[in-house]
Amino acid sequence: MTTTAIEARAVTKRFGAGEITALDAVSISIAQGEFFTLLGPSGCGKTTLLRCIAGFETPTDGAILLSGSDITASPPNKRNVNTVFQSYALFPHLTVAQNIGFGLKMRGDDAAKVDKRTEEMLALVKMEQMASRRPEQLSGGQQQRVALARALAPAPEVLLLDEPLSALDLKLRKEMQSELKRLQSETGITFVFVTHDQEEALTMSDRIAVMSHGQLQQVGSPREIYTRPVNRFVADFIGETNFLEAEAKGDSVTLSTGDTLPLPGAGTGPITLAVRPELLRLTEPGEGDLTATVRDSVYFGTDWHCHLLLSDGTEVVARMQSPPTGESGIGKGQPVGLAFAPGALRVLED
Amino acid sequence: MAQSRTRTAWLLSTPALVVLFCAAAGPLMIVLVYSFLSPGEYSGVVWDPTLEAWFRVLFRRDIFDGTVSLADAHLTIFWRSVKLSLLTTLITFVIGLPTAWFIATRPARSRPLWLFLITIPFWTNLLIRTFAIMQVIRNEGILNTALLKIGLIDSPIQLLNTDTAVLIGMAYVYLPLMVLPLFAAIDRFDFRLIEAAYDLYASRWRVLRRIILPIIRPGIVAGSILVFVPSLGAYVTPRVLGGGRNMMLGNFIELQFGQGRNWPLGAALSMVLLVIVTLALLVYVRASSRDEERG
Repeated sequence: MTTTAIEARAVTKRFGAGEITALDAVSISIAQGEFFTLLGPSGCGKTTLLRCIAGFETPTDGAILLSGSDITASPPNKRNVNTVFQSYALFPHLTVAQNIGFGLKMRGDDAAKVDKRTEEMLALVKMEQMASRRPEQLSGGQQQRVALARALAPAPEVLLLDEPLSALDLKLRKEMQSELKRLQSETGITFVFVTHDQEEALTMSDRIAVMSHGQLQQVGSPREIYTRPVNRFVADFIGETNFLEAEAKGDSVTLSTGDTLPLPGAGTGPITLAVRPELLRLTEPGEGDLTATVRDSVYFGTDWHCHLLLSDGTEVVARMQSPPTGESGIGKGQPVGLAFAPGALRVLED
Repeated sequence: MAQSRTRTAWLLSTPALVVLFCAAAGPLMIVLVYSFLSPGEYSGVVWDPTLEAWFRVLFRRDIFDGTVSLADAHLTIFWRSVKLSLLTTLITFVIGLPTAWFIATRPARSRPLWLFLITIPFWTNLLIRTFAIMQVIRNEGILNTALLKIGLIDSPIQLLNTDTAVLIGMAYVYLPLMVLPLFAAIDRFDFRLIEAAYDLYASRWRVLRRIILPIIRPGIVAGSILVFVPSLGAYVTPRVLGGGRNMMLGNFIELQFGQGRNWPLGAALSMVLLVIVTLALLVYVRASSRDEERG
């Protein structure tokens, strides 16, 4: 039995005179101790939802519950929820230690307790040597650690992270990703993480909520989201996908190329099929499920991306592992066969 | 090479150094020398070196029996000058902070307009503006007439020729000097820090005291100095609005060079004013260099 840390009930947020809807009746339930990610392109409402949970925005409609009690009307300083900001927002006039102790001090903890907890936090993020530095004397990664320690110090019920890694370079970002996972498992605090980076979301989250235009598209584990996207938006936003238009006829589908393939439970009428590039296999011409022509192939080190043209002109991408020589053995204009891995074809809801 | 470059630098700065000497250092030396001379019969000085002027800054000698006592009239003027200047600084800060905050939080497009409005009073002569204030606060002025009309008071409030009038005048005149540096500091302030502090359990009052005020302190210090220093030497405002009785240092110094016919005392008082101002600037330098350390 998992307990719910944060619950959003039909949260709607409109800006301006109501003409911009940032959140449209979003309902979400985040479990205690979960690493939950809000994923979507910029302007999808993920940051607005986070700010509603933090208390910086008041929902136009709906309610926010923290451990079962309604906090919709309480100001940020009365919520046991802390935020790690995209810009870190470290206090420039305070030392690293003072930054970390700020929340504890404001909450009214006595000095000895503040000092002890600050030291624990410095150790947790491995910044003991930097305690008396000022924020601007730190590198981006170090500032990030301080921001994390500062938000974790008061031991909030939920930690909100607003694209905290977007300002870091790739290598540091990878480091901080595993660091975040470590901190989450060590503290056991519920993390609500906002990102537009689908890879970050897939590798770090227990569950992901994909958002678009202020609405929830799909909520599920990374594997569910990747392998069973419910609609075209999710399939397109998470990873790469080939879309094939088809006509469903009971247990088979006829593609726009005219080829008919068996697909149990396809339904009837026009549908869109989604196929991941890594689930397509190149075969000898005449073999496989379809025929295609190679338009181009791009070397990515670990694999080759083959851009193929189907007989009706539809372009698809197939991904194949690079052989030890690195040569694909495929030339432009070459005719090939195309085979789908079992279960590769997925019918999208819309 | 390096030597010739040094020489070029010196040559190039010669005009500036000459102006600086003629306009600042030279006259200052004259004032300093005069403060050690004796007053002339009708005005000016006679070459009779003495410490009398400096003595008379703080003490007075009875004409008949020669007993020495503290010149409490002088001390009253010093104290009033410092007190009114500090109060002016405080008032301009209390009014200037919300004003600067307001301007800094306007859309970038309309900010120049607001700043322009703040600087408009500088376009008119100080004396004229001060007389305008006089029209507002005198017994038959706009303020009293309005208050009488709406029945808030039964008889006019005597404002003119009081310290309050001087205070109102100086606060009005020097307000832009407080607003502009405060605006510069608030303009650079990262407003996200307010959310961060608010998120970390700080109340609104504590956000102001613990985050906003410490971070914009350079602007507060600069504005305070810009208001305090000219307030201390203010001449026109206390003269027009304070009447003859409520003198400040500036008026007192003028008196020595005019009717008082005691140039050495005026010179010595000028030096005292200079010392007070220098002390205030030292406080400023120390405060801002502490910011440097903090980076």
